Amino acid sequence: MRLTFVQLRAELRRVAGNGEQLLLTLGIPVLLLVFFSLVDVLPTGTKEPIDFLAPGILALATMSTAMVSLGIGTGFERSYHVLKRLGATPLGRPRLVAAKIGAVIAVEVVQFAVLIPVAYVLGWNPGSPNWALGVLGIVVGTVAFAGIGLALAGRLPGEINLAVQNGLYLVLLLLGGMVIPFAKLPGVIRAVAHALPSGALADVLHDALSNAGTQPGRSWIVLCVWAVVTPLIAAGLFRWD
Amino acid sequence: MAAVEVEDLTVRYGDVVAVDSISFTAAAGQVTTVLGPNGAGKTSTIEVCEGYRRATSGTVRVLGFDPATQQRQLSKRMGVMLQEGGVYPGSGVTETVRHYASLYGNGAIAESLVAAVGLAERSKATWRRLSGGERQRLSLALALAAKPDIAFLDEPTSGVDINGRDAIRGIVRDLASNGCAVVLATHELDEAERLADHVVIIDHGSLIAAGTLAELRRGHDEIRFRSDPTVDLRALATATGIVASKVGNDEYVIDAPPHPRLMAQLGDWLANAGHPLHDLRAGGQRLEDVFRRLTGSGPK
Repeated sequence: MRLTFVQLRAELRRVAGNGEQLLLTLGIPVLLLVFFSLVDVLPTGTKEPIDFLAPGILALATMSTAMVSLGIGTGFERSYHVLKRLGATPLGRPRLVAAKIGAVIAVEVVQFAVLIPVAYVLGWNPGSPNWALGVLGIVVGTVAFAGIGLALAGRLPGEINLAVQNGLYLVLLLLGGMVIPFAKLPGVIRAVAHALPSGALADVLHDALSNAGTQPGRSWIVLCVWAVVTPLIAAGLFRWD
Repeated sequence: MAAVEVEDLTVRYGDVVAVDSISFTAAAGQVTTVLGPNGAGKTSTIEVCEGYRRATSGTVRVLGFDPATQQRQLSKRMGVMLQEGGVYPGSGVTETVRHYASLYGNGAIAESLVAAVGLAERSKATWRRLSGGERQRLSLALALAAKPDIAFLDEPTSGVDINGRDAIRGIVRDLASNGCAVVLATHELDEAERLADHVVIIDHGSLIAAGTLAELRRGHDEIRFRSDPTVDLRALATATGIVASKVGNDEYVIDAPPHPRLMAQLGDWLANAGHPLHDLRAGGQRLEDVFRRLTGSGPK
């Protein structure tokens, strides 16, 4: 346990000291939440944009941390032989993975501690949110996104991994029902969007927190499938050096 | 029991045989240098010993542990210096050393380790701002963080300036004199000659020779000197019976033990012929010559 905490501390220090990661995990979600709540240009279909945006931005924050931040950080660690170097210490892979999971959870807690109050200040009125279901969705979504992030990080060179993760982030953001409702997407794209992990997580959170999911049952199944498949793919593809 | 015991080790990558049935040992309190040209199989051999890589066949024991199945136990007593990298570019010197030392329960020695490798004045500098030599020193500090009983050092002085090399050599010697088994992989013959108690030469995946420097040089004494490029070697042989070979523009080698009488004869003959005598060196072959003799080539 002590070694896991030693590594967790190092992981958190690295995230806190990395301006790009802070921008990605906190800056962009807060900016999107505030901007599109105050500037009513998105076709959210709700009376107040914040009522649609808040659950979607929580899904975006989850994706930012669990996929992009974890994936880019791990990819560079692999390229820089940091993972190989750690592999020679008593830390071991299970503790390293545990420390990375701990770091993702810690960052997500900070994200939500900032985003949820900001959403309430902006007038979010979720009615009677099912927080337990929302947290469960975030946990399952975290596993799914971490699987994607690590699958890419475990195989692609550092710089290419960086580009692919950022590109994927943008696609999953635009098609994920996070800032643009599924109903506003063309038919074929809408079907694809529902099958994406971002789309599934956003729908699950809209259902749990705003009672506004479009097809929550199917989205739960989609999200769970991603959460099972992507870690398996990551485990199969991952190279430590 | 030797600290490292490698017996009939073979490592294949598909159809490529990287290491072909090699055996050697490394003792505690000694510096064992694994020497060979690039691509000889040094890194594959060392990585099997470190537990990074599985052997295709053969037996490896490090401190009595099988690195493939007992790497966790082994890692608590093992220091590893990678050939390059291994540190996040944004991490500071002391921060990095403290992190790794803490993974061995030795966090309290972090600052003294930084000082020991001569980086105290650069303690807050990040990896990306360190010079090549400073990076090597930091990597060495990470290997020392384990307070190891066995240390695997891959090209520890590569890219290091002369002062840095001296410092690193001193640390390596101290490590061995404190009882640690040091296994040092290098293709730099000069480095091996200065540090090695025991030399293992690998080429094309095969073990070419293993032993102390004295053992590898035995039976291959020589006298080497420089003079005018125009020395008449036939006249030398006729007058003194000394058979010399020209090995460079003005460098000559006599393949014989360094007997004082022979050297006096050589000096007299050169003086009488009006030739100078420079850089006279007598005794065992240089490691470079041993290496060339054994491998039939020079290291890259």
